[in-house]
Amino acid sequence: MAPWFWKNRTAQAAPDGDLPGFEQIALPHLNAAYNLARWLTRNEHDAEDIVQEAYLRALRAFATFNPDCDARAWLLKIVRNTGYTWLRRNRPKEMMANARENAGEQIANCLDPESALLEKSDFKLLREALGEMPAEYREALILRELEGLSYREISDITSAPVGTVMSRLFRARRDLCARLSQAMRGVRG
Amino acid sequence: MRLLDAYVDGELDIVATLELERHLDDCQACRIQRGEYEALRQKLQARGFLFEAPQGLENRLRARLRTASKPAWGYRVPALAASLAALALLAGIGVFVLRGLNSTQLVAQEIVSCHIRSLMANHLTDVLSSDQHTVKPWFSGKVDFAPAVKDLGAEGFTLEGGRLDYLSSRPVAALVYSRRQHTINLFLWPSGNADSAPRAFTIRGYNLVHWTRGQMTYWAVSDLNAQELKAFAQDQLVSR
Repeated sequence: MAPWFWKNRTAQAAPDGDLPGFEQIALPHLNAAYNLARWLTRNEHDAEDIVQEAYLRALRAFATFNPDCDARAWLLKIVRNTGYTWLRRNRPKEMMANARENAGEQIANCLDPESALLEKSDFKLLREALGEMPAEYREALILRELEGLSYREISDITSAPVGTVMSRLFRARRDLCARLSQAMRGVRG
Repeated sequence: MRLLDAYVDGELDIVATLELERHLDDCQACRIQRGEYEALRQKLQARGFLFEAPQGLENRLRARLRTASKPAWGYRVPALAASLAALALLAGIGVFVLRGLNSTQLVAQEIVSCHIRSLMANHLTDVLSSDQHTVKPWFSGKVDFAPAVKDLGAEGFTLEGGRLDYLSSRPVAALVYSRRQHTINLFLWPSGNADSAPRAFTIRGYNLVHWTRGQMTYWAVSDLNAQELKAFAQDQLVSR
């Protein structure tokens, strides 16, 4: 005999074409979705393509969305996966972060000679530094500092254990701090 | 020192926060590092780092979504309304139940803090063994009860070892299991309470399952997903 909840289950599985419901939970996070895609691709047109693609994927997967879960994290995870598929196809060189993580190597230190540094404001410097670091570090930092997500939420979105999230944040921050103080010394000296 | 990162991210519990603040008073290197972190955060949160969706993207998106979901959805609106109403009702009941659970919630908070601490301070296990017959005797003489240590290797939960921890003003046994790359801490200590079935909680993103069996209180906590953690609790209950 079917269990008592069977009927409810099948009834609830229905809203795969539920556009208003989807828009209601997904559209409020459009800025967060765009910000993540923009940082992953560092290009506004690619970011917009990824956001649109991700929302279409999310709509198709909406039937499996658990309303108890955080909609923003759910959506960002889809944006992130869409973004990575895109990166793998279009910029495979940026996907080297894992190799670096394993080798314990320092993050690329390919700064121009100091002279170029002097003219840069912190703002430009940080933007560039963020752009140069592996996508996994960048996204961890963006999700933490700009979206204010917890380690656990970032771990869910990026499918990485909390410990990995922590070490990515650690390295990303150390790298940026080092560059900032290097620039400061440059200005003073 | 990754504790400092966790500190600036607000991921430490109150005890560890106070400890770290005491340390900051003494350690200039850490103070400088914290200053750098704060400056970095300020710069990142300043205008220009957060990209807003361009104007018109929302409308373009709505149009694309509409085309993509052409197949009639209208008849499902009543079903959706009904499920939303049911959801609201459930949430209401949830709030009602949770209010009565304050002391349990407090313990749960403490459990999560212990879990995070165990992962951060690199002090996950005192006795490192996947053999239940090594882990169990290790506790004798250290706690005033004999924890049931179960081998759930066949179920996909590897026993990593055990640890003595301190919780709710008493020493407790912590058994450490792992599944894939996720660590599960299972805290247990004697309580006079009647048996209770596993109940799931989520605190600061961590999943917890709590149950009572044979006058022992059990708390499992992990960043593993809720379903698998529930399965872990069930396996604990049924296996020998």
